[in-house]
This record gives sequence, C-alpha cells and structure tokens, in this order.
Amino acid sequence: MSVPVQSASVQGGGGVADVAYLDHAATTPMLPEAVDRMAELLGRVGNASSLHAAGRQARRIVEESRETVAAALGARPSEVVFTSGGTESDNLAVKGLYWARHDADDLRRRVLVSAVEHHAVLDPAVWIAERGGGELVVVPVDALGRLSPDSLRAAIDEAPDQVAVVSAMWANNEVGTVASVAELAEVAAEYGVPLHTDAVQAAASLPVDFAASGAAALTVTGHKLGGPVGVGALLLGRDVECAPLLHGGGQERDVRSGTLDVPAIAAFAVAVEVTVKEQAQRAESLAALRDDLIRRVLDVVPDAQLNGDPTSAPAHRLPGNAHFSFPGCEGDALLMLLDAQGIECSTGSACSAGVARPSHVLIAMGQDEERAKSSLRFSLGHSSTASDVDALIAAIGPAVERARTAAAR
Amino acid sequence: MKVLAAMSGGVDSAVAAARALDAGHDVTGVHLALSPKPASFRDGARGCCSLEDSRDARRAADVLGIPFYVWDVAERFNRDVVEDFVAEYAAGRTPNPCVRCNERIKFAAVLDRALALGFDAVATGHYARIVDGRLHRALDGEKDQSYVLAVLRPDQIAAAMFPLGQSRKAEVREEAARRGLAVAAKPDSHDICFIPSGDTAGWLRSRLGDAPGDILDESGSVVGQHSGTYGFTIGQRKGLNIGSPTEDGRPRYVLSISPVDRTVTVGPAERLEVSRIECGEPTWCGAALAPDRVAALAQVRAHAEPVACTAYLDDGRLVVELADRLAGVAPGQTLALYEADRVIGSATIESAA
Repeated sequence: MSVPVQSASVQGGGGVADVAYLDHAATTPMLPEAVDRMAELLGRVGNASSLHAAGRQARRIVEESRETVAAALGARPSEVVFTSGGTESDNLAVKGLYWARHDADDLRRRVLVSAVEHHAVLDPAVWIAERGGGELVVVPVDALGRLSPDSLRAAIDEAPDQVAVVSAMWANNEVGTVASVAELAEVAAEYGVPLHTDAVQAAASLPVDFAASGAAALTVTGHKLGGPVGVGALLLGRDVECAPLLHGGGQERDVRSGTLDVPAIAAFAVAVEVTVKEQAQRAESLAALRDDLIRRVLDVVPDAQLNGDPTSAPAHRLPGNAHFSFPGCEGDALLMLLDAQGIECSTGSACSAGVARPSHVLIAMGQDEERAKSSLRFSLGHSSTASDVDALIAAIGPAVERARTAAAR
Repeated sequence: MKVLAAMSGGVDSAVAAARALDAGHDVTGVHLALSPKPASFRDGARGCCSLEDSRDARRAADVLGIPFYVWDVAERFNRDVVEDFVAEYAAGRTPNPCVRCNERIKFAAVLDRALALGFDAVATGHYARIVDGRLHRALDGEKDQSYVLAVLRPDQIAAAMFPLGQSRKAEVREEAARRGLAVAAKPDSHDICFIPSGDTAGWLRSRLGDAPGDILDESGSVVGQHSGTYGFTIGQRKGLNIGSPTEDGRPRYVLSISPVDRTVTVGPAERLEVSRIECGEPTWCGAALAPDRVAALAQVRAHAEPVACTAYLDDGRLVVELADRLAGVAPGQTLALYEADRVIGSATIESAA
C-alpha cells in the first residue's frame, strides 16, 4: 500500500484493534492530511461571506480549496459547487437540471436514469415523476450492471424532444461496475441533453476528469475518499442551467445557499488532492489486493458467484470492489457471523430500519431475489492491508457453512 | 452461553438483555421487524414494530455495548400470525395472536435461526419463570405472561431465558433507569401490535369487507343487524346495537357466532356459563398428562382467573370439566392448564357447553 494508514483514530470496529474493515465503499477513514487540515481550521472564526479580515481569510481558504478540487478533477474553479455531500449533489443535479430544462421548454419532462443508480439519484427522479410533473424512464443495464450507449440512445430516441436530463453513474457502489461515461455523455450531447454522473465511488480510485468526460454535472463527496462526512461538491458546467434546491444567501453560484463549512471544505480539498495524486498507484495496489481476495474467496467457497464485471481492469471494475452471492445463505446472517469475527462488510443494498432489502441493482442485472439476498460486498480502500484479506479468508468458510445450515432450516 | 436477546424497543426486553449480560453470557441483541412497511413513529401505547421502536432497541443495545441487528421476519409473521388472526375471526373464533407469535415466530422461526447460527438460547422480556426446566408463572402476578407461553414444548423452553420472571414491573423500570436505558419510562404496549389504531373491528372490516347479517335471540327471532360476524366475540356485551330491549330489561351477551349463515346469537348472562370445554390436541410444556383424569387449574384467556378443573384426554384431544360454571369461554382462545404455578400445557378451545 502506498499510504497504510491505521492510526488509533481511523480504524474500524469502533476503535477495536483487530478488526478487518472491508466496507470502504460505505465510508473510508479520513486521511491524516485531511484530519490535520480540518483540526487546524476548526477553532478559527470567519464566515466566507463576511467582508472583514476574518471573512476574507475564510474566503481565501474556500477559493483555494475550490481551485484544488477543480485542478484535481479536470474542472474549472467556477464549476465547483460545494454541497453537504453526495446525496445533496445528486438531488441538486437531478432536480435542478430537470427544473431548469423543464422551465425553458415544458415539453421536456422525461428524466432518464440507469436502473442501477444510487437511491440519491433514483429517488429524486421518482419524486419528479410523482410530485414534480415529470416522467421517469429507467434505462435497463446489462447482466454486469453496465448501461450501454446503445441503450441510452434507444431511451432518448423514444422522445428526443422530451428529455430533460440523463443521470448515469460513473461506477456502481454495489457491484463496482464502471461505465463508459464519456461515450454516454457523447450520446446525450448529440441530442443536446445534459448528462449528470454520480462519481462518488469513482473519485476514490479511478481517474476522473470532468472536462474530458463531457458530463454536464458530476457528483463527488468527501467521506468516500478520505475527507470528512458532510461535505462534497457538484461539478457543474459553466453554461449548464441548474435551479437551486436550497434558497437563501446564494453563496455558491446562486445554485446553492448556506454558510460555507470552511474546515470541511479545506479538508475535502486536501483529501481530493492526495487521492488524485496517488490514484494510479492506489488503483494498482487495491486491484492486486482485491484480485487476491476474490481468488481466495472462490478457493474457500467454490460455488460463490462474483457479481459485476469479472474483468479486473479499472476501466471495467472499481479496484477495491468485490461483490459475491453465496448460494444458500442469507446475506444478513453471513454479515452477523462475520461481524462477530471482526470482519466488517456490507450487504451492499439499501436498508430500511436495518432490514436488508433485495438490491435493486442485482435485480436490474437480472438476478432473482434469492440470489440478491445472498450477497455481500467487500470493499477495500486506502487503509486496507493484506492482513484484512487474510482475516476474511480465515472466517468466510465456516461462516458460509453456518449460514447455509441456518437458511436450510 | 451465546444468547440472542429479542429486543422490541421496550423496557422489559432491554432489561432482560442487560441481565443476561450481567449473568456472564455473550449477548447479541436482535429486533424483529414484523411489518413490511413499518410506521415511522410509535403511536401511544400500541404496537411495537415502528421504526422508532427499532431505534429504541438499538439505543438500548448501544448502552449495553452489545452487537445489534434487525431480523426481517415480516413475511413469516404475516403468514403465521396476521393471516391466521384474520382467518380465525372469519371462522367465528377469537384468536390470540401473541400466543401464535410465541409459538410460530419467537420460539420457532427466530429460535431455530438463532440455534442454527450458533446461539445457545433466546432471551426475552416475558414475565415468566423457568424452574428446573419447567415453565412457571412469574413472581409478579399482575404481569405474568406464562399464559401466552403455554404453547411452548420442552425443547423450546430448554432454549428460552426469561430474566424478568423473579421481578416486579416497578423494579424493572427502576433498574432500567439505573442502567441509563432511555426506555425506562416508555409506556407498556397493549393490544395487538399489528393493529396500531386499536380498532380491531375496523381493521378486520378493511380485510374482510362487509358481511352483514342478523342478530338473533335464542328463539331465533331477529333482534338486530350486524355488518360482519368477525366483529364479535363470545361473551361480548357492548356494541351489539340491538334496538329492542328484552322484556325483563336484562343485558344480552353474544352466545354464539355462525359465519356460515352470518348470524350472531345473543342471550342472557347465565346462558354463557359452561362447565365442559373441548379443545384440540394439546402441547405439553413438560411431561404429557397422565392418561387418567387429573385435577388442575384452567385459564381460558389472558389475565383470566385460573379455575379448578379436571382434565383428561379423549382420543388425543384435551377435555376440561370445570368445578364451577364459567362464562366467557371463546373458541379459538388458548386454554392453559396449570398445577399451582407450573404450566402443564395448553390447547386451543374448540367448543364449550
């Protein structure tokens, strides 16, 4: 690993030392550089909108952070809209672009989203259909969870004049499948339709270049790449009209209001900078560790099924992602048994009151409910080590066996 | 032992989990999700399956420092408890869903899964005692829940733990407060957890639709109308909406319910009294009843006074002859047999005369 971070403040298991944290896609430890920067700024006064010296100092930090984020992600500083994180950025993009496009031409009421989007994209789109006067079009994906440019084209072609916005994620949070965002954006651009992409997972381990992608809007968030929770950004093209979700002081380009969280924004910028600088090396080491994990899980549990794209290359699959179905097991039972052994992972799907529902992503990939419910996601990140994988391999066999016995009763 | 503590989000199950932990067990908390679409908030004293209850249970587990998970048993609960409840009312009987839940969910589906996943026992906040492997009434007679546990077999009792059996409710609340459990002052839950409105008749009507029919007196004369036989239970006096009073002005009670011809028959109190109760096949909490007649105590519904009886088996079915005549014996309810405080077993009431 390039940066093996495992200090007492950034480990899993609520600070328990011998825990294998394999849930970096849920949230990843803050980078020490980001912790330092945030701690340095937390005690400092200054509203970035104030005109006095403290305000100017705060503003300077925000604008320097904006430039850092922009440079790291291939955007112009004016295209960085700071938000409270991924959910807000996704909502702002989907609803904001829809409202702006619909206002300009009320024929445009169709919202196209891929079937494997995160709920932060899917649910605003559903809301638009149910409450916002729009129409939801869920565009199917293939068995690997990938939206093809042809499928997108077909969906737009149904009524090209009526499409308000397209949203297609860069890399899937559950199964790790990476989309060809540039190709999708090209299709959308042919029809003059803005494309939003949720790059929350991608930004942690893939090269993300906003300008080169051709996307009109792109979501990133801090806590998936070593920054703090509660801060993120929407990269929004300079000429892209977007109506605000939050009205008020108009701080961020009149698209997003709210006093800017200077320490969080600065720490986020540091995390983005470090992550991008180390991206290539990190992707390589994570992919090697992940390939080892997959190979050894399949050795121990030969009938486990890998979900998502089997091709290891980062253009196909997130380097830190491994997602399996364990036939005959219930994912939640398996999670509990692994948790008791100090292995922290995820069923990878949305929870309702802690109850795992069959994942809409796996269902969209054509899997049945039973297989969807038998799934677990193991996700690696910047602090992962070979011993994390060793711990999983030591525990997974007996856990699967026990979970199978339980499910068979 | 590895103990799975079923945590409803109430004070009793939280303290039960705490006591299991104090006893030196390795405790894991589990909240059972019983509804596929739980309400966001708890509604007064009713129900135990809102998201708020789930959060309360999680907070209690946090305070105790034990792992906590939510188990989704909504499908099983709906099939084995809710649908059974509806079907029983539709058939003119009066079910007890708490008994069914203990029999088929808590000490069946959940216990089986727990044992299979490596647990040794399931602890709940029920007020009951296990003495030498036998189920007994709780020390707190007011709170005693042995009646709704009387359907458990010896193997289920062997894997059950009731840490509150020796305590009074007030002590349990005090202990919860002392332990810093936020649920210490949370109201007790009453009524049927899956009917949070408390309006059982209305809920049944929404499931079964209107099925109007006649209310008859014992001579067969029509004395009123009803919108569905499922709205009635044997011994019911209120809500009959009978227009004409009896000649002597005495109150009338539901004597029988016949969903087939949609009639409800009413009559005076003394006609409710029965001395012989026929039940289905019994479940024994310990050793089976001897083949001869045994003197015992019978309890015919939750919180009813136990009454002296003689019990025997007739072709595998339980028959109970009461020492004194008893009113309000409804088919569908559980008859629990006791020897003093010990639960012998139970069976579902089929008929009484």
